Amino acid sequence: MTSLFFIEHSNGKISDQSLKAISATKDFGEDVHGIIAGSGIESAIEEASKINGLSKLIHIDNDDFNHILAEKITSAIIDISENYNYFCAAATTTGKNIMPRIAAKLDVSQISEIIGVESADTFIRTIYAGNAIATVQSSDAKKVLTIRPTAYKAAEMNSGPCDIEKINPENIPNISEYIGEELTKSDRPELTSAKIIISGGRGMQNGENFKLLDRVAAKLGAAVGASRAAVDAGFVPNDYQVGQTGKVVAPELYIAVGISGAIQHLAGMKDSKIIVAINKDAEAPIFDVADYGLVADLFQVLPELEEAI
Amino acid sequence: MKIIVPIKRVIDPYVSIRVKSDNTGVETDNVKMSMNPFCEIAVEEAIRLKESGKADEIIAVSVGNQTCQETIRTALAMGADRGIHILVDQTVEPLAIAKILSKIIEEEKPGLVISGKQAIDGDNNQTGQMLAALTDMPQGTFASKIEIEGEKIKVTREVDGGLQTINLNMPAIITTDLRLNEPRYASLPNIMKAKKKPIDQKTPEDFGVDVTPRLKILKVVEPPKRQAGIKVKSISELVDKLKNEAGVI
Repeated sequence: MTSLFFIEHSNGKISDQSLKAISATKDFGEDVHGIIAGSGIESAIEEASKINGLSKLIHIDNDDFNHILAEKITSAIIDISENYNYFCAAATTTGKNIMPRIAAKLDVSQISEIIGVESADTFIRTIYAGNAIATVQSSDAKKVLTIRPTAYKAAEMNSGPCDIEKINPENIPNISEYIGEELTKSDRPELTSAKIIISGGRGMQNGENFKLLDRVAAKLGAAVGASRAAVDAGFVPNDYQVGQTGKVVAPELYIAVGISGAIQHLAGMKDSKIIVAINKDAEAPIFDVADYGLVADLFQVLPELEEAI
Repeated sequence: MKIIVPIKRVIDPYVSIRVKSDNTGVETDNVKMSMNPFCEIAVEEAIRLKESGKADEIIAVSVGNQTCQETIRTALAMGADRGIHILVDQTVEPLAIAKILSKIIEEEKPGLVISGKQAIDGDNNQTGQMLAALTDMPQGTFASKIEIEGEKIKVTREVDGGLQTINLNMPAIITTDLRLNEPRYASLPNIMKAKKKPIDQKTPEDFGVDVTPRLKILKVVEPPKRQAGIKVKSISELVDKLKNEAGVI
């Protein structure tokens, strides 16, 4: 039997999240097939076919799949589900949207956002916003999993492609329709793939002041993030949010500015390699996890930081 | 139109979590419990649809032990019309909850189900999607805005890169994200009124649903603690450390 991994792509490139998460599949000790969907996606197919560890790439070559809708992709994957005993995807908003639908159709309990594989049926995942770590054993014959990308390194690339098989699913449900999307435009790298992240919290006081972070980020090639408090206060959009209810990140360097360090924020960033905290409150819990802490007024030191790097 | 709102009772989000010393789970005895925050958003959205004349009855459903009645009462005090409590003492996985809910949907025939995107205890983020699969309804997950237009519902979803808009045939399943609304507090008169609202109690057996877990929790441990580092005195010292000690810039 074989694992099936759902590969995400956009603008002709495979998603970093998928490349990382797919690395977990080699621990299942099975053959791995990738599945990728959309028409006119030749460059993404070429890249996906070279992912190390894939023995086959299944391509749903159909206009109906240019934007992934849970109802349609579930139907397509269920059609070929007999051949597989593991079904997985990165724990992105797309992966989280589609995998439980597949699991329920297969009458299987899903295991969400695993961070480790202990054996073929036993997995490690966080619960309670990362405040506890559970080891979970599945008794289902087929396993459905989402994989937290930050727990894995990106898969390597082979020089040549694997086998590619085109499929064209039939009887696709027509109960949902893609209308459009409004993606946040930024010159900065994406939060989940950035090597350096600088995030602001309620201490930033307003959205305008995030420009101070933008300037430092521009010099460092960093992404800009925010705590939930800053999002709730309306300083920045929700896709900036780092934390249990936002994005989970693990960059080389995470700079938390004016962030107190609520549990839910720490859950989203405490696996970063180096954490820097800048806060005027010396008692803020963020200092308990920071490698380097600076107790200072952020409005005074951010321009200094921009200058010094 | 009826709206069903599944709700979950969880450890209050502001309580710090303690892992049990025998590593079997998390301490829940004598711990403050609340309605899951994403479920509160779901209840609020249903009430707003009723207030705008788009819905006429809101049914709050919870699966769990006897204390779940308190959580259902909270939803009734916010503005739900009646409750259904499925009494079960063991942990019930999202798949089994979705099966129970699908049976309730068969009986009640709601136009909409609004649930939280995830519960903050198990962090599974599955029940809404599974319910959509079992009922073959479309799903609008992680919603930050919903608009009913005739027989369809337009859902703005919080996705990794920004916002996505989809159109779903109704009946549909919606799961809520943080920015959908800000839930109200129940007023004292409404808390009193809620005591008179009906809560129907059932068991999984009434629906013929087997709730035996498929997953076995082998152990639950505390996450590795991160050591606090050092305090620096200035930006120049910080930049020096990042360059020469940590080597990250």
